[in-house]
Amino acid sequence: MQITANSATSGTSAIPKERMRRSMLVVEKMTNTSERRNQEHMESTSRPLADAHPKIVIQDMNFFYGKVQALTKVNMPIPANQVTAFIGPSGCGKSTLLRCLNRLNDLVDGTRIEGKILLEGNDIYDPGVDVTDLRTRVGMVFQKVNPFPKSIWQNVAYGPQLRNVKKRATLDDLVEKSLQGAGLWEEVKDRLHGSALGLSGGQQQRLCIARALAVNPDVLLMDEPCSALDPISTGRIEELLYTLKEQLTVVIVTHNMQQAARVSDLTGFFLLGELIEYDDTKTIFTNPSDRRTEDYITGRFG
Amino acid sequence: MPIHRRFDEELADLKQQILRMGSLVEGQIRQALKALVDRDDILATQVIKNDRQVNTMDVAVDEACLELLALQQPAARDLRFITTAMKISTELERMSDLAENICERAIELHKEPQLKPYIDIPLMADRAIKMVGEALDAFVRGDSALARRVLGEDDYIDDLNEQIFRELLSFMMENPQTISRAIRLSFISKYIERIADHATNVAELVVYMVEGKIIRHMISP
Repeated sequence: MQITANSATSGTSAIPKERMRRSMLVVEKMTNTSERRNQEHMESTSRPLADAHPKIVIQDMNFFYGKVQALTKVNMPIPANQVTAFIGPSGCGKSTLLRCLNRLNDLVDGTRIEGKILLEGNDIYDPGVDVTDLRTRVGMVFQKVNPFPKSIWQNVAYGPQLRNVKKRATLDDLVEKSLQGAGLWEEVKDRLHGSALGLSGGQQQRLCIARALAVNPDVLLMDEPCSALDPISTGRIEELLYTLKEQLTVVIVTHNMQQAARVSDLTGFFLLGELIEYDDTKTIFTNPSDRRTEDYITGRFG
Repeated sequence: MPIHRRFDEELADLKQQILRMGSLVEGQIRQALKALVDRDDILATQVIKNDRQVNTMDVAVDEACLELLALQQPAARDLRFITTAMKISTELERMSDLAENICERAIELHKEPQLKPYIDIPLMADRAIKMVGEALDAFVRGDSALARRVLGEDDYIDDLNEQIFRELLSFMMENPQTISRAIRLSFISKYIERIADHATNVAELVVYMVEGKIIRHMISP
Protein backbone atom coordinates (compact mmCIF):
# COMPACT_ATOMS: atom_id res chain seq x y z
CA MET A 1 0.00 0.00 0.00
CA GLN A 2 1.48 3.37 -0.94
CA ILE A 3 1.10 6.49 1.14
CA THR A 4 -0.41 8.96 -1.32
CA ALA A 5 -0.69 12.72 -1.04
CA ASN A 6 -4.19 13.72 -0.11
CA SER A 7 -6.00 16.21 -2.26
CA ALA A 8 -8.66 17.13 0.32
CA THR A 9 -7.75 19.99 2.62
CA SER A 10 -9.70 19.13 5.72
CA GLY A 11 -7.63 16.18 6.89
CA THR A 12 -10.37 13.60 6.53
CA SER A 13 -10.26 11.55 3.37
CA ALA A 14 -12.77 9.24 1.78
CA ILE A 15 -11.67 5.63 2.03
CA PRO A 16 -12.19 3.86 -1.26
CA LYS A 17 -14.72 1.02 -1.03
CA GLU A 18 -12.03 -1.42 -2.07
CA ARG A 19 -9.87 -0.52 0.89
CA MET A 20 -12.73 -0.86 3.35
CA ARG A 21 -13.60 -4.24 1.93
CA ARG A 22 -10.00 -5.30 2.33
CA SER A 23 -9.96 -4.00 5.86
CA MET A 24 -12.87 -6.25 6.77
CA LEU A 25 -11.14 -9.24 5.27
CA VAL A 26 -8.03 -8.49 7.26
CA VAL A 27 -9.90 -8.08 10.52
CA GLU A 28 -11.79 -11.27 9.76
CA LYS A 29 -8.64 -13.24 9.08
CA MET A 30 -7.23 -11.91 12.30
CA THR A 31 -9.98 -13.47 14.31
CA ASN A 32 -9.94 -16.85 12.60
CA THR A 33 -6.77 -18.12 14.16
CA SER A 34 -6.20 -21.82 14.13
CA GLU A 35 -3.66 -24.04 15.79
CA ARG A 36 -1.98 -24.72 12.48
CA ARG A 37 -1.43 -21.05 11.74
CA ASN A 38 -0.09 -20.47 15.21
CA GLN A 39 2.33 -23.30 14.67
CA GLU A 40 3.48 -21.97 11.30
CA HIS A 41 3.93 -18.56 12.74
CA MET A 42 5.94 -19.87 15.69
CA GLU A 43 8.19 -21.72 13.28
CA SER A 44 8.60 -18.66 11.13
CA THR A 45 9.66 -16.47 14.05
CA SER A 46 12.68 -18.58 14.93
CA ARG A 47 15.01 -16.32 12.95
CA PRO A 48 13.40 -12.91 12.97
CA LEU A 49 16.26 -10.53 12.49
CA ALA A 50 18.04 -11.99 9.52
CA ASP A 51 15.25 -13.11 7.25
CA ALA A 52 12.15 -11.05 7.94
CA HIS A 53 11.17 -8.31 5.56
CA PRO A 54 11.46 -4.98 7.38
CA LYS A 55 8.22 -3.06 7.71
CA ILE A 56 9.87 0.03 9.11
CA VAL A 57 13.45 1.12 8.72
CA ILE A 58 14.86 3.84 10.94
CA GLN A 59 17.92 5.31 9.26
CA ASP A 60 20.56 7.53 10.87
CA MET A 61 17.91 9.18 12.94
CA ASN A 62 18.63 12.06 15.29
CA PHE A 63 15.84 13.73 17.24
CA PHE A 64 15.85 17.04 19.10
CA TYR A 65 13.53 18.71 21.58
CA GLY A 66 14.71 22.25 20.89
CA LYS A 67 18.42 22.19 21.70
CA VAL A 68 18.32 18.88 23.58
CA GLN A 69 19.21 15.80 21.55
CA ALA A 70 16.91 13.02 22.63
CA LEU A 71 17.92 10.35 20.12
CA THR A 72 21.30 9.84 18.48
CA LYS A 73 22.10 8.01 15.25
CA VAL A 74 19.41 5.37 15.58
CA ASN A 75 19.52 2.65 12.94
CA MET A 76 16.93 -0.08 13.22
CA PRO A 77 15.04 -2.32 10.81
CA ILE A 78 11.71 -3.37 12.31
CA PRO A 79 10.48 -6.60 10.72
CA ALA A 80 6.91 -7.16 9.60
CA ASN A 81 4.60 -9.46 11.57
CA GLN A 82 6.83 -9.52 14.62
CA VAL A 83 6.64 -7.88 18.01
CA THR A 84 9.56 -5.54 18.57
CA ALA A 85 10.11 -4.18 22.06
CA PHE A 86 11.98 -1.05 23.12
CA ILE A 87 13.37 -1.27 26.65
CA GLY A 88 15.58 0.96 28.69
CA PRO A 89 15.61 3.15 31.79
CA SER A 90 13.47 6.27 32.17
CA GLY A 91 14.45 9.05 29.83
CA CYS A 92 16.32 6.85 27.39
CA GLY A 93 14.25 7.97 24.41
CA LYS A 94 12.16 4.86 23.76
CA SER A 95 8.78 6.60 23.94
CA THR A 96 10.13 9.49 21.88
CA LEU A 97 11.19 7.06 19.18
CA LEU A 98 7.84 5.32 19.26
CA ARG A 99 6.02 8.59 18.77
CA CYS A 100 8.22 9.37 15.77
CA LEU A 101 6.92 6.30 14.01
CA ASN A 102 3.55 7.89 13.45
CA ARG A 103 4.74 11.49 13.63
CA LEU A 104 2.91 12.17 16.86
CA ASN A 105 5.91 14.26 17.90
CA ASP A 106 4.90 16.74 15.20
CA LEU A 107 2.34 17.97 17.70
CA VAL A 108 5.07 19.05 20.15
CA ASP A 109 6.58 22.50 19.61
CA GLY A 110 10.24 22.81 18.78
CA THR A 111 10.93 19.22 17.78
CA ARG A 112 13.29 18.46 14.94
CA ILE A 113 14.24 15.22 13.24
CA GLU A 114 17.20 14.28 11.06
CA GLY A 115 17.53 11.10 9.07
CA LYS A 116 14.76 8.93 7.70
CA ILE A 117 11.99 6.70 8.86
CA LEU A 118 10.85 4.44 6.05
CA LEU A 119 7.49 2.71 6.14
CA GLU A 120 7.57 0.05 3.44
CA GLY A 121 10.33 1.94 1.71
CA ASN A 122 8.76 5.42 1.81
CA ASP A 123 10.02 8.15 4.14
CA ILE A 124 7.14 9.13 6.41
CA TYR A 125 8.64 12.61 6.83
CA ASP A 126 8.40 13.31 3.13
CA PRO A 127 6.60 16.63 2.56
CA GLY A 128 3.92 14.93 0.44
CA VAL A 129 2.84 12.51 3.17
CA ASP A 130 -0.70 12.71 4.55
CA VAL A 131 -0.15 12.54 8.28
CA THR A 132 -3.71 11.53 9.09
CA ASP A 133 -3.48 8.67 6.67
CA LEU A 134 -0.16 7.70 8.26
CA ARG A 135 -1.74 7.61 11.69
CA THR A 136 -4.47 5.35 10.37
CA ARG A 137 -1.89 2.92 9.05
CA VAL A 138 0.27 3.22 12.14
CA GLY A 139 -2.11 3.10 15.06
CA MET A 140 -1.29 3.73 18.67
CA VAL A 141 -2.39 2.60 22.10
CA PHE A 142 -1.32 4.55 25.14
CA GLN A 143 -0.38 3.92 28.73
CA LYS A 144 -3.28 5.92 30.05
CA VAL A 145 -6.41 4.20 28.84
CA ASN A 146 -8.47 6.69 26.87
CA PRO A 147 -11.85 5.48 25.65
CA PHE A 148 -14.16 8.13 24.30
CA PRO A 149 -17.03 9.03 26.66
CA LYS A 150 -19.44 7.31 24.31
CA SER A 151 -20.87 3.84 23.91
CA ILE A 152 -18.65 0.89 23.16
CA TRP A 153 -20.10 0.68 19.70
CA GLN A 154 -19.52 4.36 19.02
CA ASN A 155 -15.92 4.12 20.20
CA VAL A 156 -15.05 1.47 17.65
CA ALA A 157 -17.19 2.86 14.83
CA TYR A 158 -15.81 6.39 15.23
CA GLY A 159 -12.74 5.96 13.03
CA PRO A 160 -14.54 4.30 10.12
CA GLN A 161 -17.36 6.84 10.37
CA LEU A 162 -14.86 9.68 10.10
CA ARG A 163 -13.78 8.03 6.92
CA ASN A 164 -17.27 8.05 5.49
CA VAL A 165 -18.41 4.52 6.16
CA LYS A 166 -22.13 5.12 6.55
CA LYS A 167 -23.99 1.85 6.16
CA ARG A 168 -25.16 0.55 9.51
CA ALA A 169 -24.65 -3.08 8.55
CA THR A 170 -21.08 -2.42 7.47
CA LEU A 171 -20.32 -0.59 10.68
CA ASP A 172 -21.89 -3.31 12.83
CA ASP A 173 -19.78 -5.89 11.07
CA LEU A 174 -16.63 -3.85 11.47
CA VAL A 175 -17.33 -3.23 15.15
CA GLU A 176 -17.83 -6.91 15.79
CA LYS A 177 -14.71 -7.96 13.96
CA SER A 178 -12.56 -5.31 15.61
CA LEU A 179 -13.81 -6.27 19.05
CA GLN A 180 -13.12 -9.90 18.28
CA GLY A 181 -9.66 -8.99 17.09
CA ALA A 182 -9.07 -7.27 20.41
CA GLY A 183 -10.40 -10.23 22.38
CA LEU A 184 -13.26 -8.21 23.82
CA TRP A 185 -16.29 -9.28 21.79
CA GLU A 186 -17.57 -12.03 24.09
CA GLU A 187 -17.54 -9.74 27.08
CA VAL A 188 -19.35 -6.80 25.53
CA LYS A 189 -21.53 -8.19 22.76
CA ASP A 190 -24.65 -7.83 24.86
CA ARG A 191 -23.98 -4.26 25.88
CA LEU A 192 -22.53 -2.58 22.83
CA HIS A 193 -24.56 0.51 23.43
CA GLY A 194 -23.61 0.83 27.06
CA SER A 195 -21.02 3.42 28.05
CA ALA A 196 -17.40 2.55 27.44
CA LEU A 197 -16.57 4.14 30.78
CA GLY A 198 -18.43 1.35 32.53
CA LEU A 199 -15.80 -1.19 31.47
CA SER A 200 -12.91 -2.28 33.66
CA GLY A 201 -9.41 -0.91 33.00
CA GLY A 202 -8.30 -3.99 31.12
CA GLN A 203 -11.45 -3.99 29.03
CA GLN A 204 -11.07 -0.30 28.26
CA GLN A 205 -7.56 -0.89 27.02
CA ARG A 206 -8.75 -3.70 24.80
CA LEU A 207 -11.43 -1.33 23.54
CA CYS A 208 -8.70 1.13 22.61
CA ILE A 209 -6.99 -1.67 20.72
CA ALA A 210 -10.25 -2.48 18.92
CA ARG A 211 -10.61 1.16 18.05
CA ALA A 212 -7.15 1.15 16.46
CA LEU A 213 -7.89 -2.09 14.62
CA ALA A 214 -11.12 -0.75 13.13
CA VAL A 215 -9.24 1.40 10.62
CA ASN A 216 -7.07 -1.45 9.37
CA PRO A 217 -3.59 -0.46 10.49
CA ASP A 218 -0.41 -2.10 9.26
CA VAL A 219 1.45 -1.27 12.43
CA LEU A 220 0.33 -1.00 16.02
CA LEU A 221 2.41 1.08 18.39
CA MET A 222 1.93 0.43 22.08
CA ASP A 223 3.34 2.79 24.67
CA GLU A 224 3.46 0.85 27.96
CA PRO A 225 -0.06 -0.46 27.33
CA CYS A 226 -0.25 -2.56 30.47
CA SER A 227 1.38 -0.27 33.04
CA ALA A 228 -1.95 0.70 34.51
CA LEU A 229 -3.44 -2.80 34.42
CA ASP A 230 -3.59 -5.77 36.79
CA PRO A 231 -1.71 -9.00 35.99
CA ILE A 232 -4.70 -10.85 34.53
CA SER A 233 -5.58 -8.00 32.14
CA THR A 234 -1.92 -7.71 31.28
CA GLY A 235 -1.82 -11.42 30.52
CA ARG A 236 -4.86 -11.13 28.27
CA ILE A 237 -3.31 -8.34 26.25
CA GLU A 238 0.02 -10.14 26.01
CA GLU A 239 -1.81 -13.23 24.75
CA LEU A 240 -3.56 -11.02 22.20
CA LEU A 241 -0.24 -9.92 20.73
CA TYR A 242 0.56 -13.48 19.61
CA THR A 243 -2.48 -13.46 17.34
CA LEU A 244 -2.32 -9.78 16.36
CA LYS A 245 1.16 -10.08 14.96
CA GLU A 246 -0.04 -12.50 12.30
CA GLN A 247 -1.68 -9.58 10.55
CA LEU A 248 0.16 -6.56 11.89
CA THR A 249 3.54 -5.38 12.96
CA VAL A 250 3.68 -4.47 16.64
CA VAL A 251 6.13 -2.14 18.33
CA ILE A 252 5.84 -1.96 22.10
CA VAL A 253 7.59 0.26 24.59
CA THR A 254 7.73 -1.17 28.07
CA HIS A 255 9.63 -0.47 31.22
CA ASN A 256 8.69 -3.97 32.36
CA MET A 257 11.57 -6.08 31.12
CA GLN A 258 9.83 -9.31 31.90
CA GLN A 259 6.99 -8.30 29.63
CA ALA A 260 9.44 -7.61 26.81
CA ALA A 261 10.94 -11.04 27.45
CA ARG A 262 7.55 -12.74 27.33
CA VAL A 263 5.96 -11.16 24.31
CA SER A 264 8.57 -9.81 21.92
CA ASP A 265 10.50 -11.42 19.10
CA LEU A 266 13.13 -8.69 18.99
CA THR A 267 14.24 -6.31 21.67
CA GLY A 268 16.11 -3.03 21.37
CA PHE A 269 17.86 -1.66 24.44
CA PHE A 270 18.15 2.12 24.66
CA LEU A 271 20.28 4.24 26.95
CA LEU A 272 20.52 8.04 26.97
CA GLY A 273 19.11 8.31 23.46
CA GLU A 274 21.28 5.65 21.89
CA LEU A 275 20.36 2.20 20.68
CA ILE A 276 22.87 0.08 22.55
CA GLU A 277 21.87 -3.37 21.42
CA TYR A 278 19.20 -4.82 19.14
CA ASP A 279 18.82 -8.55 18.73
CA ASP A 280 16.35 -11.37 19.02
CA THR A 281 14.81 -11.45 22.44
CA LYS A 282 16.20 -14.82 23.43
CA THR A 283 19.76 -13.60 22.88
CA ILE A 284 19.20 -10.32 24.69
CA PHE A 285 17.88 -12.10 27.77
CA THR A 286 20.20 -15.10 27.84
CA ASN A 287 23.45 -13.77 26.44
CA PRO A 288 23.58 -10.08 25.51
CA SER A 289 26.67 -8.77 23.75
CA ASP A 290 26.95 -5.41 25.47
CA ARG A 291 27.86 -5.10 29.13
CA ARG A 292 25.44 -2.22 29.57
CA THR A 293 22.57 -4.36 28.31
CA GLU A 294 23.52 -7.09 30.72
CA ASP A 295 23.70 -4.66 33.64
CA TYR A 296 20.24 -3.38 32.84
CA ILE A 297 18.71 -6.83 32.32
CA THR A 298 20.15 -8.18 35.54
CA GLY A 299 18.87 -5.17 37.43
CA ARG A 300 22.28 -3.95 38.40
CA PHE A 301 21.44 -0.49 37.24
CA GLY A 302 18.53 1.45 35.81
CA MET B 1 -9.37 -16.31 26.34
CA PRO B 2 -6.69 -18.53 27.85
CA ILE B 3 -3.72 -16.62 29.21
CA HIS B 4 -0.15 -17.75 28.73
CA ARG B 5 -1.25 -20.36 26.24
CA ARG B 6 2.10 -20.30 24.52
CA PHE B 7 3.92 -20.83 27.83
CA ASP B 8 1.75 -23.86 28.60
CA GLU B 9 2.48 -25.25 25.16
CA GLU B 10 6.18 -24.81 25.71
CA LEU B 11 5.96 -26.61 29.07
CA ALA B 12 4.10 -29.46 27.42
CA ASP B 13 6.74 -29.56 24.73
CA LEU B 14 9.49 -29.79 27.35
CA LYS B 15 7.71 -32.70 28.98
CA GLN B 16 7.55 -34.46 25.62
CA GLN B 17 11.27 -33.89 25.10
CA ILE B 18 12.06 -35.56 28.44
CA LEU B 19 9.76 -38.45 27.57
CA ARG B 20 11.40 -38.99 24.20
CA MET B 21 14.80 -38.87 25.81
CA GLY B 22 13.70 -41.32 28.52
CA SER B 23 12.34 -43.68 25.92
CA LEU B 24 15.58 -43.55 23.99
CA VAL B 25 17.64 -44.21 27.12
CA GLU B 26 15.48 -47.15 28.21
CA GLY B 27 16.04 -48.56 24.75
CA GLN B 28 19.78 -48.06 25.07
CA ILE B 29 19.91 -50.03 28.33
CA ARG B 30 17.77 -52.84 26.93
CA GLN B 31 19.90 -53.07 23.81
CA ALA B 32 23.09 -53.06 25.85
CA LEU B 33 21.89 -56.07 27.84
CA LYS B 34 20.83 -57.83 24.67
CA ALA B 35 24.26 -57.22 23.18
CA LEU B 36 25.79 -58.79 26.29
CA VAL B 37 23.49 -61.81 26.50
CA ASP B 38 23.51 -62.50 22.75
CA ARG B 39 27.23 -61.77 22.50
CA ASP B 40 26.39 -59.36 19.66
CA ASP B 41 29.26 -56.98 18.84
CA ILE B 42 27.37 -55.25 16.06
CA LEU B 43 24.53 -54.35 18.39
CA ALA B 44 27.00 -53.20 21.03
CA THR B 45 28.70 -50.90 18.53
CA GLN B 46 25.34 -49.49 17.52
CA VAL B 47 24.42 -48.67 21.10
CA ILE B 48 27.75 -46.89 21.58
CA LYS B 49 27.08 -44.81 18.47
CA ASN B 50 23.55 -43.92 19.56
CA ASP B 51 24.84 -42.28 22.72
CA ARG B 52 25.53 -39.19 20.66
CA GLN B 53 21.80 -38.76 20.07
CA VAL B 54 21.16 -38.77 23.81
CA ASN B 55 23.85 -36.13 24.33
CA THR B 56 22.26 -33.92 21.70
CA MET B 57 18.89 -34.22 23.43
CA ASP B 58 20.47 -33.35 26.78
CA VAL B 59 21.84 -30.11 25.32
CA ALA B 60 18.48 -29.34 23.69
CA VAL B 61 16.64 -29.77 26.99
CA ASP B 62 19.14 -27.49 28.75
CA GLU B 63 18.69 -24.80 26.14
CA ALA B 64 14.92 -25.06 26.23
CA CYS B 65 14.89 -24.76 30.02
CA LEU B 66 17.27 -21.81 29.96
CA GLU B 67 15.08 -20.02 27.47
CA LEU B 68 11.96 -20.67 29.53
CA LEU B 69 13.65 -19.39 32.68
CA ALA B 70 14.96 -16.26 30.97
CA LEU B 71 11.88 -15.32 29.03
CA GLN B 72 8.92 -16.45 31.10
CA GLN B 73 9.85 -15.86 34.75
CA PRO B 74 8.19 -19.08 35.94
CA ALA B 75 7.16 -19.41 39.55
CA ALA B 76 6.13 -22.15 41.98
CA ARG B 77 5.16 -25.41 40.30
CA ASP B 78 6.30 -24.25 36.86
CA LEU B 79 9.71 -23.26 38.21
CA ARG B 80 10.15 -26.60 39.98
CA PHE B 81 9.08 -28.43 36.85
CA ILE B 82 11.65 -26.66 34.69
CA THR B 83 14.56 -27.03 37.10
CA THR B 84 13.60 -30.69 37.65
CA ALA B 85 13.52 -31.28 33.89
CA MET B 86 17.06 -29.90 33.60
CA LYS B 87 18.32 -32.27 36.26
CA ILE B 88 16.42 -35.30 34.98
CA SER B 89 17.99 -34.71 31.60
CA THR B 90 21.42 -34.96 33.21
CA GLU B 91 20.47 -38.19 35.00
CA LEU B 92 19.22 -39.70 31.75
CA GLU B 93 22.38 -38.70 29.95
CA ARG B 94 24.45 -40.46 32.63
CA MET B 95 22.32 -43.60 32.30
CA SER B 96 23.00 -43.67 28.58
CA ASP B 97 26.72 -43.31 29.23
CA LEU B 98 26.50 -46.33 31.51
CA ALA B 99 24.73 -48.32 28.80
CA GLU B 100 27.59 -47.35 26.53
CA ASN B 101 30.06 -48.59 29.15
CA ILE B 102 28.21 -51.92 29.40
CA CYS B 103 28.63 -52.34 25.66
CA GLU B 104 32.34 -51.56 25.79
CA ARG B 105 32.85 -54.24 28.43
CA ALA B 106 30.66 -56.66 26.45
CA ILE B 107 32.81 -56.25 23.35
CA GLU B 108 35.88 -57.01 25.45
CA LEU B 109 34.16 -60.05 27.02
CA HIS B 110 33.29 -61.48 23.63
CA LYS B 111 36.95 -61.95 22.85
CA GLU B 112 36.92 -64.85 25.34
CA PRO B 113 34.46 -67.72 25.91
CA GLN B 114 31.48 -66.94 28.10
CA LEU B 115 32.41 -67.34 31.73
CA LYS B 116 29.04 -68.58 32.99
CA PRO B 117 25.35 -68.41 32.09
CA TYR B 118 24.11 -64.85 32.68
CA ILE B 119 21.21 -65.07 35.10
CA ASP B 120 21.57 -62.50 37.81
CA ILE B 121 22.87 -59.69 35.65
CA PRO B 122 19.87 -59.71 33.26
CA LEU B 123 17.59 -60.01 36.30
CA MET B 124 19.20 -56.95 37.84
CA ALA B 125 19.01 -55.09 34.57
CA ASP B 126 15.30 -55.84 34.17
CA ARG B 127 14.66 -54.44 37.62
CA ALA B 128 16.75 -51.35 36.91
CA ILE B 129 14.95 -50.71 33.61
CA LYS B 130 11.64 -51.06 35.41
CA MET B 131 12.77 -48.46 37.95
CA VAL B 132 13.75 -46.07 35.17
CA GLY B 133 10.37 -46.52 33.49
CA GLU B 134 8.46 -45.99 36.73
CA ALA B 135 10.46 -42.91 37.64
CA LEU B 136 9.66 -41.38 34.25
CA ASP B 137 6.00 -42.35 34.61
CA ALA B 138 5.98 -40.63 37.97
CA PHE B 139 7.45 -37.53 36.33
CA VAL B 140 4.87 -37.46 33.55
CA ARG B 141 1.93 -38.01 35.86
CA GLY B 142 3.25 -35.91 38.72
CA ASP B 143 2.78 -38.99 40.91
CA SER B 144 4.95 -38.62 43.99
CA ALA B 145 3.58 -41.82 45.56
CA LEU B 146 4.89 -43.83 42.62
CA ALA B 147 8.20 -41.98 42.86
CA ARG B 148 8.55 -42.93 46.51
CA ARG B 149 7.89 -46.59 45.65
CA VAL B 150 10.74 -46.48 43.16
CA LEU B 151 13.05 -45.38 45.95
CA GLY B 152 12.18 -48.53 47.89
CA GLU B 153 13.31 -50.80 45.05
CA ASP B 154 16.90 -49.69 45.19
CA ASP B 155 17.80 -52.02 48.08
CA TYR B 156 17.03 -55.11 46.01
CA ILE B 157 19.42 -53.92 43.32
CA ASP B 158 22.17 -53.18 45.81
CA ASP B 159 21.80 -56.66 47.34
CA LEU B 160 21.88 -58.33 43.94
CA ASN B 161 25.01 -56.40 42.99
CA GLU B 162 26.67 -57.52 46.18
CA GLN B 163 25.66 -61.13 45.50
CA ILE B 164 27.01 -61.04 41.95
CA PHE B 165 30.29 -59.60 43.18
CA ARG B 166 30.72 -62.38 45.75
CA GLU B 167 30.02 -65.03 43.14
CA LEU B 168 32.52 -63.53 40.72
CA LEU B 169 35.06 -63.26 43.53
CA SER B 170 34.82 -66.98 44.19
CA PHE B 171 35.36 -67.68 40.46
CA MET B 172 38.50 -65.54 40.53
CA MET B 173 39.89 -67.17 43.65
CA GLU B 174 39.41 -70.65 42.19
CA ASN B 175 40.88 -69.95 38.76
CA PRO B 176 43.09 -67.04 37.69
CA GLN B 177 42.11 -67.61 34.06
CA THR B 178 38.74 -66.16 34.86
CA ILE B 179 39.98 -62.94 36.40
CA SER B 180 39.80 -60.82 33.24
CA ARG B 181 36.20 -61.83 32.47
CA ALA B 182 35.06 -61.73 36.09
CA ILE B 183 36.33 -58.19 36.55
CA ARG B 184 34.63 -56.99 33.39
CA LEU B 185 31.39 -58.63 34.53
CA SER B 186 31.64 -57.04 37.94
CA PHE B 187 32.03 -53.68 36.22
CA ILE B 188 28.85 -54.38 34.26
CA SER B 189 27.05 -55.26 37.44
CA LYS B 190 28.28 -52.00 38.94
CA TYR B 191 27.08 -50.02 35.93
CA ILE B 192 23.60 -51.48 36.31
CA GLU B 193 23.61 -50.64 39.98
CA ARG B 194 24.55 -47.08 39.06
CA ILE B 195 21.70 -46.94 36.52
CA ALA B 196 19.32 -47.85 39.31
CA ASP B 197 20.86 -45.11 41.46
CA HIS B 198 20.20 -42.57 38.74
CA ALA B 199 16.62 -43.83 38.56
CA THR B 200 16.22 -43.15 42.27
CA ASN B 201 17.66 -39.68 41.72
CA VAL B 202 14.99 -39.06 39.12
CA ALA B 203 12.37 -40.30 41.59
CA GLU B 204 13.65 -37.94 44.31
CA LEU B 205 13.51 -35.06 41.85
CA VAL B 206 9.92 -35.94 41.02
CA VAL B 207 8.99 -35.84 44.71
CA TYR B 208 10.55 -32.38 44.90
CA MET B 209 8.73 -31.25 41.79
CA VAL B 210 5.35 -32.39 43.08
CA GLU B 211 5.62 -31.73 46.81
CA GLY B 212 8.20 -28.97 46.94
CA LYS B 213 10.19 -31.05 49.46
CA ILE B 214 13.83 -31.83 48.83
CA ILE B 215 14.31 -35.44 49.91
CA ARG B 216 17.66 -36.01 48.26
CA HIS B 217 20.43 -37.27 50.53
CA MET B 218 17.98 -38.10 53.31
CA ILE B 219 18.09 -41.45 55.03
CA SER B 220 14.35 -41.99 55.24
CA PRO B 221 12.35 -39.52 53.12
